[in-house]
Amino acid sequence: MNTTTSYAPRSRFFSTPALETVAAWLLAIIWIFPLLYAFWAAFHPSEFMVNFELFAPLTLENFTNAWSQAPFARYYLNTFALVTGVVIGQFVVCTLAAFAFARFPIPGKNVLFMLVLIQLFVFPEVLIVENYRIASELGLINTITGIGLPYVASALGIFLLRQTFKTIPRELEDAARIEGCNWLEILWKVYVPLAKPTYLAYGLVSISHHWNNFIWPLVVTNSVESRPLTVGLGVFSAPETGVNWATVSAATLLSIAPLLIAFLLFQRQFVQSFLRAGIR
Amino acid sequence: MSFTNHRKMQLYGALLLLPAAVLLTTFAYLPTVTTVINSLFLPGFRGAPTEFVGLENYQVLFDDPTFWKVARNNLIYAVGTIPTSIALALGMALFVNRKLRGRGFLRMAYFTPTILPMIAAANIWMFFYAPQIGLFNKLLGMLGFSGVNWLGDPSIALSSVIVMSVWKEAGFFMIFYLAALQSMPPELKEAADLEGTSRWSFFWRVTFPLLMPTTLFVLINALINSVRVVDHLFILTKGGPNNATNLLLYYVYENAFSFFDRTTAATITVVILLVLAVVATLKFTILDRRTHYQ
Repeated sequence: MNTTTSYAPRSRFFSTPALETVAAWLLAIIWIFPLLYAFWAAFHPSEFMVNFELFAPLTLENFTNAWSQAPFARYYLNTFALVTGVVIGQFVVCTLAAFAFARFPIPGKNVLFMLVLIQLFVFPEVLIVENYRIASELGLINTITGIGLPYVASALGIFLLRQTFKTIPRELEDAARIEGCNWLEILWKVYVPLAKPTYLAYGLVSISHHWNNFIWPLVVTNSVESRPLTVGLGVFSAPETGVNWATVSAATLLSIAPLLIAFLLFQRQFVQSFLRAGIR
Repeated sequence: MSFTNHRKMQLYGALLLLPAAVLLTTFAYLPTVTTVINSLFLPGFRGAPTEFVGLENYQVLFDDPTFWKVARNNLIYAVGTIPTSIALALGMALFVNRKLRGRGFLRMAYFTPTILPMIAAANIWMFFYAPQIGLFNKLLGMLGFSGVNWLGDPSIALSSVIVMSVWKEAGFFMIFYLAALQSMPPELKEAADLEGTSRWSFFWRVTFPLLMPTTLFVLINALINSVRVVDHLFILTKGGPNNATNLLLYYVYENAFSFFDRTTAATITVVILLVLAVVATLKFTILDRRTHYQ
């Protein structure tokens, strides 16, 4: 089991690895417990929230209640449109900018690049008041474009793609040029395909970020037509609305289900993409 | 490359940069500049700046005890969440880096909170913190203790918020430690084993120092998060009771969209931007000395 056992104390039971296993499991159970509890609550009648009984009768009523009390179908559609739009926009805008930074002689390039990196610290949500004013002057209030647009020119995306593009050998580019490709064709046929892992990693991080984003969408939207799931859930479960907890649990699960299922299916890719995007 | 060709390349490169430049100017640089300007003027009709007053708004802000309370809360929040979540993240990474029964499940369990929206996490934790029927008070009741008003009592509300934040963040930081641990040369461990070094001293003398760059990286991220993440306050406390859990960015939101005081909001935003500038400078000077941005 463990390479260090030869130097660990002889007693198997009290050896550090055994204790460590117990501690690791205890921590994991604590960490997963809130989610399990939400699951339990969502599938049981609300009266059992007060009197906890592990094997209380199962029900789907909470989900039907939640579904009928708020337009979750609309919220799904909005979130889906938002996430798709943002990711496509980011891919296009960041690819072009990253290509420029990686391969073109631009005066003051290093200064410009540092300016871009500032956005790693100054997020749209920090400038929420002025961004709201700008969004309203552009007529973007209460639109899905308004939620997504401030995030399209992402410094993280530009940085990750630029790093990847820089590692691609120039010989490939020269070969494409001999075949008569122009710059955009070179970008599309040489650089983009070779950067696929970066696109995947950045895409997953971006999807989970925008699926989960709250404060900016909350400020920009004020009606069902444009609200994403998080804002819908926030409005739904506000204490003032007096919705019961079992229903709130069901609504919470409804909002996180697609991303959670995707995560359970593609765990490795998710974890690696967070790592890849994190190292900057 | 000929001169005209070079000029052509410059123009082409500039065109490629244009969409990003326009968007960054619109939603990052311009709002930063107008925020600073707004903080130097008196508010007028619909919050538009009217009279230049220099640093007077800052004077007013710094004389306001609520601002200091919120700033202090944010400091406590940072001090409460950052070391705990980093220590837990390191522990988690050490756990799942070795061959352990159910390692895949453990990694998943630690990382799952990272995938949840903060707003959903806060919803779930409301079940634990609720005074009458919340899980924590029921557990206390079973042990014969009287319940605690976890989010309603000003003296413990902030701690309750901090506990939830630690739960949400630790798994994210674990990933970076895990990657660092896996890139460590196994010869170090073998050499230490040959010399009979105890695991404890191997950790403190070898592993921990080697993880220093990762710790710094995680620390920077955690610092940024501590001034940026406010979503949970919307569900858990709304900054209350009596501002006991109010944090800087939430205070900006309140000032701008509840009190319609854009000047104060701008002034607090500038304070946040200064904090972020310090963090950014730290990152670019200390952490990235060896990485190349060129």
